[in-house]
Amino acid sequence: MSSFDLEVATPEKLVLRRTVTSAQIPAESGYIGVLPGHAPLIGRLGAGELSFESEQGGERLFVGGGFLQVLPGRAVLLADIAEFPNEINVEQAQRDLDAAQALERSHDPNTDFTAAVRAARFAQARLDVAARK
Amino acid sequence: MPNLLDIRRRIRSVKNTRQITKAMKMVSAAKLRRAQEQALAARPYAAQLRALLQDMVARTDLATLGEDPAGQAVSRLLVRRPEKRILLITIGSDKGLAGAFSAQVIKAALTFMAEHPGTEVKLELVGRRVRDHFRRQPELIAGQYLNAFGRTVDYGVAREIAADVIHRYSTGETDAVYLLGNEFKSVIQQRVVLHQLLPFSASPAKESAKGGQAAGQEAAQADYLLEEPPAELLSELVPRYLQVQIYRSLLESFAAEHAARMNAMDSASRNAGDLIDSLTLTMNRVRQAAITKEIIEIVSGAAALES
Repeated sequence: MSSFDLEVATPEKLVLRRTVTSAQIPAESGYIGVLPGHAPLIGRLGAGELSFESEQGGERLFVGGGFLQVLPGRAVLLADIAEFPNEINVEQAQRDLDAAQALERSHDPNTDFTAAVRAARFAQARLDVAARK
Repeated sequence: MPNLLDIRRRIRSVKNTRQITKAMKMVSAAKLRRAQEQALAARPYAAQLRALLQDMVARTDLATLGEDPAGQAVSRLLVRRPEKRILLITIGSDKGLAGAFSAQVIKAALTFMAEHPGTEVKLELVGRRVRDHFRRQPELIAGQYLNAFGRTVDYGVAREIAADVIHRYSTGETDAVYLLGNEFKSVIQQRVVLHQLLPFSASPAKESAKGGQAAGQEAAQADYLLEEPPAELLSELVPRYLQVQIYRSLLESFAAEHAARMNAMDSASRNAGDLIDSLTLTMNRVRQAAITKEIIEIVSGAAALES
């Protein structure tokens, strides 16, 4: 079975390096499915669930923000945050979500609305990944 | 002849010093492990990000980028100018007692300035020790950061420095930015290294880790699909790149600082031990001399009575 290497790195550490057969990557503009032999690609990483299949089974983790790069035989995710579902702090994410939603509803002309929407999406995606165990 | 009591007092004082340096060595060793892990763990991300940016820059035309309103800001960061004014980010330590750690960075900074005559070199100083050295030459100082290192390295400081660098470079206040700091090679070896931060060179640099170089070579042949317009990608990539490079240098320097301090304290403890040994020897000699003298006095006293 053909495969490629998947690497997930955050500024703090290399989170994951695995040989996988397929991966679903949350890009800024929607999910991208990557199979072996995918064309080289560069894009921004959105917030969402990264899932992949390997011969040892599949796994899922939350990644948020950053960049992705698909190279021949390799996919590299440079994420701002990458967490396995059991590492996610659900209470914190919920608090972030509430705060972001409150900002969205505040109708204050000074709030950065796009940033609030982004933060809300981020927190929601994090919660979703944590909830789907 | 030295007084026995004085020697004893000195031995006690040196012993106390040795105890302190030993304790400091232990503390540094513990901190070193943490800092070292962090510094090593941060390398893959930094190397990959560099490779990614290299690919992007290599395939982007600066002129068209400048015409794009979204790309204007970032094109000003990628432009090359003759290096008339240079910003040198100099990373040292906040605390002393680490041997020649900060002195080496300062020396390297001075050498750098001497090697670039006719250019205006300004310094962005990180760490109290380096700042203190240059404090009497305020015309050289572009900025100073005194609390970058606490228990761990503050990413906020890297962000601050990066923001300052971006501002200076895009307004044309400086034409090149270099990063000077200690690199953590091993526990017994630290090396002062100089990185060029801006203008960004698209050719793989020597200092990038193995992973980064391999990625660069792979990518040279690849023609990328872009998920987003290059202007948007680059305007996020470049500031992030600067932050990460600075952060990584701070981490490296922090690990190197602890390693340097550990070595300094280790040799200080050893020196204290040597001193104690030699003082003990002198003390024993003095005591023996006193005893011998007394015996001679008694014996000669007795001999005088007999005769």
